[in-house]
Amino acid sequence: MVVLFILIPFVLLLVLNLPFKFLNARIAFWLSVVLFSTQALFVLINSLFAWSNYPAVLGQFLIFKLWLDPLAFIMLFTIAIVVLVSLLVARSTITTEKRSFNFINLLLVALTGMNATVLVADIFSLYVFVEITAVAVFVLMAIEKNKFAIEGTFKYLVLSMFASVFILTSIAFFILACGDLSFSEIHNAFLANSNIILLNFAIGLFLCGLFIKCGVVPFHGWVPDAYSEAQSAVSVLLAGIVTKITGIYVLMRLFSSVFVLKGSFHNLIMLIGVISIVFAALAAFRQDNIKRMLSYSSISQVGYIVLAIGCGTPLAILGAILHFFNHAIFKSLLFVNAAALEKKFGSTDMSIITGLGSQLPVTSVTSLVGLLSTAGIPPLSGFWSKLIIIIALFNAQQFTYGWIALLASVLTLAYFLFMERNIFLIKTETAPEGSDGVPFGIKFCEILLAAITIGVGLGFPFILNSQILQLKGLLY
Amino acid sequence: MNPDTFELFRYFIIFIILLFISGVYCVLVSFNLVRALIGVEILIKAVTLLIILAGYICDRVALAQAIVLTLIVIEIVIMVVAGGVVLWAFKYNKTIDPRRLSNLRG
Amino acid sequence: MAIDLILLSALLLSAIWTVMTIRLVHSVVGLALTSAILAAIIYRLDSPLAAVFELSVCSGLISVIFITTVSFTQRISKERFIVRRKERLLRFLYLPFIVIIAGLLLVRYLRIPQFSLPLSAQVTDVRLVLWNMRHLDLLGQAIIIIAGVFGVVVFFKEPNK
Repeated sequence: MVVLFILIPFVLLLVLNLPFKFLNARIAFWLSVVLFSTQALFVLINSLFAWSNYPAVLGQFLIFKLWLDPLAFIMLFTIAIVVLVSLLVARSTITTEKRSFNFINLLLVALTGMNATVLVADIFSLYVFVEITAVAVFVLMAIEKNKFAIEGTFKYLVLSMFASVFILTSIAFFILACGDLSFSEIHNAFLANSNIILLNFAIGLFLCGLFIKCGVVPFHGWVPDAYSEAQSAVSVLLAGIVTKITGIYVLMRLFSSVFVLKGSFHNLIMLIGVISIVFAALAAFRQDNIKRMLSYSSISQVGYIVLAIGCGTPLAILGAILHFFNHAIFKSLLFVNAAALEKKFGSTDMSIITGLGSQLPVTSVTSLVGLLSTAGIPPLSGFWSKLIIIIALFNAQQFTYGWIALLASVLTLAYFLFMERNIFLIKTETAPEGSDGVPFGIKFCEILLAAITIGVGLGFPFILNSQILQLKGLLY
Repeated sequence: MNPDTFELFRYFIIFIILLFISGVYCVLVSFNLVRALIGVEILIKAVTLLIILAGYICDRVALAQAIVLTLIVIEIVIMVVAGGVVLWAFKYNKTIDPRRLSNLRG
Repeated sequence: MAIDLILLSALLLSAIWTVMTIRLVHSVVGLALTSAILAAIIYRLDSPLAAVFELSVCSGLISVIFITTVSFTQRISKERFIVRRKERLLRFLYLPFIVIIAGLLLVRYLRIPQFSLPLSAQVTDVRLVLWNMRHLDLLGQAIIIIAGVFGVVVFFKEPNK
């Protein structure tokens, strides 16, 4: 039954393109809203095991070998939320009927690709679906065909191809060493402990490819351009979920339950994570555009997740998963805020919109929630995941990395407060008019995402024992 | 593996590495977006050969071929999209020289 | 074995020519030639189906795509071309030397550790592998082609604002 997560968006995509007159952007929009919310709700209300029980008759048709565990469940939920938000933002920022229709179709392709990436149990199929997501995103980034967006797309495209070449080379070595590409076979090959040189070489290549796709620091060149030049709805999609699924989720999946690593790889991954945390946080100070600042902040937060994955203890992986979810939510929130500012004032340059933010009360409040959560201020969701990561680092005797991670939070707080003060807190003499001019769709997204951030943060101590710690056991 | 096959395997690997060098050199040195794509194409050719070789060496020819077929389809689609991007970049700048492509700062 | 080495050398030479030649159109032809030689090598490695694909799709279709792109973008005068040629030659001159030196070093020093091969496969027919074991990839092919179609629609059909 799990395959329905892939087949339903695919079928909807086909149906939308049947040659009927009544299939316009409006219909497509509402059908997609229904689809995305259904995915989020289904994941929420169904227990994991309901999905693996289905009538035997259906079993004959659903021959796809997929892999569903709590990690995949959280990912499916996150994907649904962020894609829904991106769709709602696009409704008010993309005005042409034709372009809007194309946007929705490509969003469905990206959703199919990401759902499948989360569910596959074979390393080459994983690559195929990562590439599908990437292609959909290339086109989405260039959908407005602005000069800068086109150039950002080209940069992303070439670097992404390099990443693909690394990953494919690694896949060739996996064929050589294991003879098969399914996760279980590769895991068995690691356990059998033969061909260990070949396997380590393959892991190294795969890691290079993944680092480019994650956009962590030595390979981060494309990230700020891609995030900041794309259309605002696409920025939300790209920063909120696409880079995370195609890079970090794959890293998490492979390095927590498929590959069996030696210590040197753990150290390498942790080092890369720490470098991105610090470097990107420092680089964020120098930015004068909100979207660029958010991009660097995104690289820095991704560094935390990579650091936790590198640490590799069950508690650290748990922290990585939680930070993944939280970061997807609050980074989408901040990019939606940027979209609101862009919609209202036509720019996200801080020197132009200084002090104007106070005209947008909802945006102003929700952005405060988002950035306090990013910086890890206690009652909000970001605090808990960072706390778990840092505790896990100290537990694993990684004191240096633990302290750096802790102190970098202060940096995050500093540059975000700088931004918040510049844009929202300085009062200018222009009094706000009756309506603040932000479309309802964007406001709805801001409130929804801020509510999730606050809700997860406040409810965290209560669900910690009953829900979250169980994930740790189920991962393996 | 018998020594003959092993020696052949070694030569194949050497040539594949040299192909990688040519492709990377092309992407790094070239001042032309189309030529950068051609460099990437050479890299993909090298990878295709490597996958087929891996399948041949460990008797997984069918698996390797199945993978290469999918890979070729993906390659085509990406090249079509890349071609579209290059055409639009040309429309804006009247050149496909990346040095003159504006001020993306990275 | 001798034939394999000759084919591999031809492949490398053609790739180097593709990189070094001045006119983009020649470069595209060189890429098609590289693909064709690669198809021959793939055929010799017991993979006829992949060879056919490589020959028809990569050597044929990709060249068409590239030729189209090149013919839309190449606008260069004769004088500029001559100036450009000198400048290019300087940049690309290093490639043959790098390749030769790297090749010699690799032949001399590359030692591949012996490794144990996995057991032989049960299924040896590519069609069975593709349809019975890798059907998810087939689904993926269908989806990515749709994505490509939307790419064409967005880039070539939709009028700009």
